[in-house]
Amino acid sequence: MDTMPRWADIALIPLINLTLALLVSALVIALIGENPAQAMGVMIRGAVGSAYGWGYTLYYATNFIFTGLAVAVAFHARLFNIGGEGQAALGGLGVAIVCLSVPWPHWTLALPAAVLGGALFGAAWAAIPAWLQATRGSHIVITTIMFNFIASALLVYLLVNVLKVPGSMAPETARFPEGARLPSAYDWGAWMGFGRSAPLNVAFFVALACCVAVWVLIWKTRLGYEIRAFGQSEAAAKYAGIRPVRTIMITMLISGGLAGLMAVNAVQGEAERLVIDSVQGAGFVGIAVALMGRSHPLGVLLAALLFGALYQGGAELEFEMPAISREMIVVIQALVILFTGALDNMVRGPVEGLFRRRRKGAT
Amino acid sequence: MTAPTHTEGRPAAAAPSQTAPAIELRGISKAFGAVQANKDISIRVERGTIHGIIGENGAGKSTLMSILYGFYKADSGEILIGGQRTDIPDSQAAIRAGIGMVFQHFKLVENFTVLENVVLGAEDGAFLRPSLVKARRLLVDLAREYELNVDPDAKIENLGVGMQQRVEILKALYRQADILILDEPTGVLTPSEADHLFRILRGLRDEGKTIILITHKLREIMDVTDNVSVMRRGEMTATVRTADTSPSELAELMVGRKVLLRVDKTPARPGPVVLKVENLKVTDDKGVERLRGIDLEVRAGEILGVAGVAGNGQSELLEVLGGISDATGTVTLNGTPLDLSGPRADGRSRRHAGIAHVPEDRHRLGLILDFTAWENTGFGYHDLPDYCRGALMDQTALRNDTRGKMERFDVRPADCWLHAKSFSGGNQQKIVLAREIERNPDLLLVGQPTRGVDIGAIEFIHQRLIELRDAGKAILLVSVELDEIFALSDRIAVMFDGRIMGERLPGQTDETELGMMMAGMDGKAR
Amino acid sequence: MDLATVIQLLDSTLRLATPLLLACLAGLFSERAGIFDIGLEGKMLAAAFFSAAVAAMTGNVWIGLLAGTAASLALAALHGLASITFRGNQLISGVAINFLASGLTVLIGQTWFQLGGRTPSLEGAARFQEITLPLAGVLEPVPVIGPLYANVLSGHTILVYVGLLAVPATWYVLFRTRFGLRLRAVGENPGAVDTAGVSVVGLRFSAVLICGLLCGLAGAYLATGLSAGFVKEMSAGRGFIALAALIFAKWRPWYALAACLLFGLLEALGNRFQSLEVLGVTLPTQFMQALPYILTVVILAGFVGKAIPPRAGGAAYVKER
Repeated sequence: MDTMPRWADIALIPLINLTLALLVSALVIALIGENPAQAMGVMIRGAVGSAYGWGYTLYYATNFIFTGLAVAVAFHARLFNIGGEGQAALGGLGVAIVCLSVPWPHWTLALPAAVLGGALFGAAWAAIPAWLQATRGSHIVITTIMFNFIASALLVYLLVNVLKVPGSMAPETARFPEGARLPSAYDWGAWMGFGRSAPLNVAFFVALACCVAVWVLIWKTRLGYEIRAFGQSEAAAKYAGIRPVRTIMITMLISGGLAGLMAVNAVQGEAERLVIDSVQGAGFVGIAVALMGRSHPLGVLLAALLFGALYQGGAELEFEMPAISREMIVVIQALVILFTGALDNMVRGPVEGLFRRRRKGAT
Repeated sequence: MTAPTHTEGRPAAAAPSQTAPAIELRGISKAFGAVQANKDISIRVERGTIHGIIGENGAGKSTLMSILYGFYKADSGEILIGGQRTDIPDSQAAIRAGIGMVFQHFKLVENFTVLENVVLGAEDGAFLRPSLVKARRLLVDLAREYELNVDPDAKIENLGVGMQQRVEILKALYRQADILILDEPTGVLTPSEADHLFRILRGLRDEGKTIILITHKLREIMDVTDNVSVMRRGEMTATVRTADTSPSELAELMVGRKVLLRVDKTPARPGPVVLKVENLKVTDDKGVERLRGIDLEVRAGEILGVAGVAGNGQSELLEVLGGISDATGTVTLNGTPLDLSGPRADGRSRRHAGIAHVPEDRHRLGLILDFTAWENTGFGYHDLPDYCRGALMDQTALRNDTRGKMERFDVRPADCWLHAKSFSGGNQQKIVLAREIERNPDLLLVGQPTRGVDIGAIEFIHQRLIELRDAGKAILLVSVELDEIFALSDRIAVMFDGRIMGERLPGQTDETELGMMMAGMDGKAR
Repeated sequence: MDLATVIQLLDSTLRLATPLLLACLAGLFSERAGIFDIGLEGKMLAAAFFSAAVAAMTGNVWIGLLAGTAASLALAALHGLASITFRGNQLISGVAINFLASGLTVLIGQTWFQLGGRTPSLEGAARFQEITLPLAGVLEPVPVIGPLYANVLSGHTILVYVGLLAVPATWYVLFRTRFGLRLRAVGENPGAVDTAGVSVVGLRFSAVLICGLLCGLAGAYLATGLSAGFVKEMSAGRGFIALAALIFAKWRPWYALAACLLFGLLEALGNRFQSLEVLGVTLPTQFMQALPYILTVVILAGFVGKAIPPRAGGAAYVKER
C-alpha cells in the first residue's frame, strides 16, 4: 500500500529538497559574481570552524529550536501557527517582568521563574487566535499574522512609554539584575575554548530539554496522541471522543509557550534587557525549521543547528566577502521553505514514480 | 398518478429506429488501482427514450457516466454519439457532443443567481449583459415548455434542493444538450418533487431528448423509464424493456445470486431492552431532515438488522448513537437517558456508558490510516486506565494487548507496528472489530461490517458478532447487503427516507419483500 | 485642528492609501479565484526594488515601472507554480515568497549599488512626477470644494490615479464580464467551472498574474512615487495591512477603497501626531498602527459582520468522482 519506503519519506525527500534549495542559492551567489564554493567554505568555517563560531551557531540554534518546536507542535494538530514572532516577543515581555520585578539572588532561581514567565506570556498571546479558530472558525494563519503586528506595536509602546529607564533615550528596559544573569558558555565551557563574547548560554540546555519534552509529549503521552489523531482527521477524532475545541486550545497554548521560551535565550541570556525587536525574525525561521525537520523534535534540532550555522556563517560571509550581504541567509531560508514546503510535490511526484516503477520491475 | 400510457405505442427500443442510437458504448473498462470499476461495458441508448441504469452503490454507475462526461478516460473501449465515434477527453468535449450532466452533488455556485449559474461557461462574448439578457429570455421559454419555473434572479443558496436541480437541468438545456444524464436525481427530493421531476423528464423525452437516469430506486425505474440496464460489480448484467420486466426481477438482477452465507446460530434468547430510541430526529446543516422520527428497541442477546439503500438515514442513526452528531428525541441505554446534544454527547461519554461503535466508514472514522496498528487499537479507548500510566500512554501494555487481539482475530500480517493503511480491508476491519468487541460493551453499533472485506474474513466477522450476541449483548447492525442482514439478524427493520418502513422477522420475509420496502414501495408501516 | 491640517492629513491619506489599495485589489483578484496570497508583501517589495533600481540606472521611471512589475509577476508565477501546478500549501508558498523578496532585494541592491541595500536617490525623470489636475488653480478659491480638489485630489503621481481608477475597473471586470463571472465562480466552486468546460488552472493562473501586476504597481509606487528610491524592507508590512483591508472589505472592490482610505488615514494620523485625544482618552501612535490589525481580528471573529472568504479558497482543485 505504501508508495515508497519510510526512509525515502523522512530522509531522502527532505535531502533532495534541501539540495535543490542550496543549488539555487549557489546559483544566486554565482549570478552576483561571486564563487559559490568559496562562499560555502567561508560559511562552514565561520559557523563551525572555531569555538568562537560555535558560540554563535549554538546561540542562534537555541532560538530556532524554540520557535521550530512551536511551529512543529501546532503542525501535528494541522494548525499553522505563523505567530511565533509575536508570541516570542510577548515571551520577552514576560521574561523581562520576571527578571526585573524580583532582586534574584541566583540564576538557578531566576531561570525557572523566567521560563514560566516567558511561556505564560507566549501562550497567552497564542490563546486568542486559538480560541477564535476553535469556536468561531477564524483562520488561525491570518489571526496569528495580525497578532504579530499587534505584538510589535504593543512592545514599542511599552518600551517607549512604560518600561524605559527614566531619562534614557534608548527604548529598552533597565539591565537585568546580576542574580538573573544566566551563565554563558564562557562560564561553563571556557575549557572548550568559548570566549567571553560567546552569546551561547544555559538556555541552550533548556532548549534541548524542550526537544525531549516535546518528543515525550507528542509520541508518548495521551495528549500527544490526541493532538496527532486530531491533526490526521478531525472526523475520526470526534468518533473517538476527542474534543476539537479543547485540542486546538491546548495545542496552541503549548505552541505559544514554546515560542515564548525563546526569550529566555535571547532576552535573559544574551541581551540581559528587553530591547525593541528582540525576536529578529526567529519566529519565521521556526517555520523553515519545522518544515525541514518534518515536525519531529530530532529533525527540528538538526534543522535548527543547520539554520544556526547558516546565520553565523552568513555573518562571517558578509565580513569576508563583502559583496555577499547578510541577507543571503534570508534567501537561503526562503528557498528552503519554498522547496521543502510549497514545492514538495514537485520532488515527491517523480520520486514516488521512481519507486513505483522499480517495484513493478521487481515483481 | 403515473400512468404507463406514455410508453404505450412508442417505438422506443422495441423497433430498430432508422437513426443510430443516441449513445453507444462498446467494451468500456476502467480500473482505479486494483479496483475494476467498469468491466467491458457495452450499452445502446436509443434516441428519444428514458433509459434507466440501476445498480447498488459501488456497482460502477457513476464511474461509467463520468467517463461519458470526460471526467475520466476509459482504459479501453469506445464511445459513439449518434453513430459517430467520439473522443471525450474533457467536459468541454462532452458539452460539444450534446451531453448534459446533472450530478448527484450539484455543481452550482451557491452565491450566484440562477441566471449567472446558467450562463457560466456558456457566455456569448466577453461581456455579461448580452448573455444574461439572452439567458433570461430562454429561461422564460423553457419554463413554459417544461414546467421548469425558477426565479432567474434568486440566489442558489436561497433555493431548495428541488429548485437547484431544475437549475442544473436548465444549465444543460441552455447548452443545447440532446442527451441528459441524471445521477441519482431523487436522492435529495421529496416524493412530490420527484414526481414533478419525472413530468419534466417525460416532457423532454417527448421533445426528442434522450435521458439517462441513474438510480437505485426500483419505483423510479418502473415509473419513468422506457428501457433499463442493470449493473452489478462493475459489469452490465442486463438491458431490458421496462414494460417487459418487474421490480422483483430487477431486484434479483441487481443483487445477484451470491453464494449464500451460512452462519450457524441458535435462536436468540432476548433479554431486557438495552437500547430504546424514541422519536429521534436529525436535521443536517442544509436544513434537510435526515431522520424523521425513529423508534426502535434492541434487547440484550439479539441482533437488530437495519436494512436499506445507502443514504436513507442509517448513517445518521449510527452517528447519533455513537455520539458523533447531535439529535433530538429520546435515547435510553439500560433505562438511563443519553445526552443527544451538549458536551456529554460525544464518543467518549458513549463509550463510558457501554456503547461500542464499528463505524460504516473505517477509513474516515474508524481508523487513523497513518497510525500504527497498536495506536489504532487504543483509538477511542486511549484514556482508559489499562492503556495509561498517568499522562503517559502505556505503550507496552497497548502493544501487548494489540498482539493478543491480532492473534485472537487472526489479523495478518500480525505486526502491530504496521500502519493501518498497509493492511487489507478485511484485516483493517478486524482491527476495528477487535478493539470494539473486546471492550465487552452492552451495545455494539456496527455499520457495513463486511464492506470491502474478502470472503474469508466475512465469515470470521459474522461468527464474532454472533458470539457477542450469544454472550448476551445487544447489537444494532446496519448493512446494505441483504444477505448479511438475513444471515445475522434476529429482527429486521427497513429504513427508507429517514423513517423505519417496518419490521420483519427473517423467517417470515424474503429478499423481494425487503427490496420493495427498501425502495419505499411498502405503504403498510408498522 | 484647522482646515490646513485637515487638508494636509487628507492629502497624505490618499498618498498612503494608494499602495494599500493597489495591493488590496491584487489580493482581491487572487483570493476571489481561490488562491490565498500572504505574499503580497514580498511582491510589493520586489517591485519596489526593481523599479527603483532600473529607474536609477536608466533614468526613466517608466522602464523602472516595467522592471518592477516584471519582478512581481515572476514571484506571482512562482506562487502559481507552487500552489496551482504542484498543489502545494498556498500559505507556505506565500511565506517563502516574502522571505525571498526580503533577501534578494538587499542582496542584489548591495551588489549593484554598494549602498547597504539602498538604491541611489531618484531624481527628475527617474521618479513619477506630481500631476496637477485641470482647473486646480481656478477652483482653489471656492470654499471647501476648492481646496479639497486642488490640494487633496490634485497633485499626485499618476499611480495614485491608476489606483483610484482600478477600483471601478476591478468592479467592472469582476461583476460585468465573462472573465469576472468565471473568476468568482472558480473561487467559490471550481467543480462548477470545471464541469462547465472551463479550465480551472487557466483561470487561477490568470488571477494570480493579475495579482502580480497590481502588486507590481503598488511596489513601484512605493519606491518611485511615495519615496525617491528603495530602502531595505520599505514595504514595512503594507502587504499585510492590504491583506487586512481585503478581509475588512469582505473581498469587495468599493469596500476595499474605503478600508484602504481608513487604514491610510490611520497611518497619516500616526505620522503626524505622537498621540491623539479621543473623547478624553489618549491614544498612543502605536495604537493607531495596530488598529488595522485589531479591526481585522474583530471582523474575522465575526462579532461585527461576518467576513466569509471565497468558499474554495486555500485548497487546490482535485477532480472528484
